Amino acid sequence: MRNPIAEKARAIKPSGIRKFFDIVSEMEDVVSLGVGEPDFDTPWAVRDEGIYTLERGKTFYTSNAGLKELREEICAYLNRRFQVSYDPIHETLVTVGGSEAIDLAFRAMLNPGDEVLIPEPCYVSYVPCAELADGVPVVINLKAENEFRLTKQELLDAITEKTKILVLPFPNNPTGAVMTRENLEEIAEVIREKDIFVVSDEIYAELTYTGEDHVSIASLPGMRERTILINGFSKSHAMTGWRLGYCCGPREIIEQMVKIHQFAIMCAPTNSQYAAVTALRDCDEEVDKMREAYNQRRRYLMHVFREMGLPCFEPFGAFYVFPCIKEFGMTSEEFATRLLEEERVAVVPGDAFGGSGEGFIRISYAYSLEDLKIALERLDRFVRRLREHK
Amino acid sequence: MREQILTFLEKNSKIDLRELAILLGSSEEVIANEVQKMEEEQIICGYHTLIDWDKTSADKITALIEVRVTPQRGQGFDNIAERIYNYPEVQSVYLISGAYDLLVILEGKTLREVSGFVTNKLSTLDAVISTATHFILKKYKDDGIILSKKSEDERMLVTP
Repeated sequence: MRNPIAEKARAIKPSGIRKFFDIVSEMEDVVSLGVGEPDFDTPWAVRDEGIYTLERGKTFYTSNAGLKELREEICAYLNRRFQVSYDPIHETLVTVGGSEAIDLAFRAMLNPGDEVLIPEPCYVSYVPCAELADGVPVVINLKAENEFRLTKQELLDAITEKTKILVLPFPNNPTGAVMTRENLEEIAEVIREKDIFVVSDEIYAELTYTGEDHVSIASLPGMRERTILINGFSKSHAMTGWRLGYCCGPREIIEQMVKIHQFAIMCAPTNSQYAAVTALRDCDEEVDKMREAYNQRRRYLMHVFREMGLPCFEPFGAFYVFPCIKEFGMTSEEFATRLLEEERVAVVPGDAFGGSGEGFIRISYAYSLEDLKIALERLDRFVRRLREHK
Repeated sequence: MREQILTFLEKNSKIDLRELAILLGSSEEVIANEVQKMEEEQIICGYHTLIDWDKTSADKITALIEVRVTPQRGQGFDNIAERIYNYPEVQSVYLISGAYDLLVILEGKTLREVSGFVTNKLSTLDAVISTATHFILKKYKDDGIILSKKSEDERMLVTP
């Protein structure tokens, strides 16, 4: 038989998290700090709307770009929260999670050989998606001493003649880093000067704890026309399983993305789209409550790490902290594996998010305080033991 | 700050103030001070425990009683409300807008005890025009807490 597998597919490296997941699933009594999704239930109003639309039989395809009503709500939301304005008809596309939008953006914008700058540590899908779109991923290794922010110099050093897209994954998974307005202005200056485009993954935009709202790079002068803004409902509204995200950008790019989406997906799930209208209309208060709860847990974690003496920069976004474990002389994977085997606590090794995550572990605080306490006690015991035996 | 403290205490009056200080990014001293002040100002009126009595062997029956009354000159409803709320078996008394005036929540051991209270004590008050008694059959949610539900974390243990 002929080889059924495409070289391009075979060349894609499986996610480092997958491997770890397989080990964890075999074990019992594991306390996990390893998830990348909210612990909250989807707000009841949203679930109720989902049920109600099913009852009314709203189960047909929507238009390819998504329900007009939802696109209008999305644009109103982006304007009210982040001061960016988009046309719901030509500049907005509802996707199957933010992930689909990442894939579409690369496929719509990259020619073979075009380089995509990807700051790491970051979410696991930018590199494979860029490769699948015939792009060349170029990793920028962010540094702990910069609190994992992207600096102007790092960006300049990575740009070549072939650079077409910069991925901007902030607030960041796994580090929790955020980019301030000043940070972004520096980046934007380079982007405009070098004529590059930005794919800005702002899925964690609602989850910042600086006291100031997240700043979208698309809101900066001259950036709207060269940015694809990606967001969604998974993190902000605790709607991961509904698979609903969206992207906004210049008409000419969105048009191409809609075309690919139309042939690959048809439209995002209708039921989820109706429910999402309610999410944007009626759930601001619930979003605020969830943010406040995450912030409290974040403060708690930072306090515990300080007491443990585990070095960790204070992250102000998403729901992760990214402590450094270099003092123990192990790789992240060794550390995570031993922590799992010896104390039954699951964390994700930092290198699963890129080489510059080596020496760190990702700890999620999308857990109740009670669960966090149990896990942190075990982690504390583990760290003590390691130090004693050094 | 006060509102944040109260939101926590309302859910869990047993919370450790040191821990609360960490969660709110404040100091234990400040929190303890605020709590004490709110106790003095009677913003915090007590520290109760939410109990699902159905799960115990104790006999308990709760009734909601709608009471229509004639308000008294110069006193409005306050006087009659006081005469009712002073009975220890009365849990709560609310002045209500709408078809009746006072909503009385009563706890007794038996049906007979509750009906005895209504016929002998409540209905015989001069100001009381009529009563309607509703017995609670099952409590699904009390004070913001869903009583029957125990939720489990169904998320996968590790996800990107």
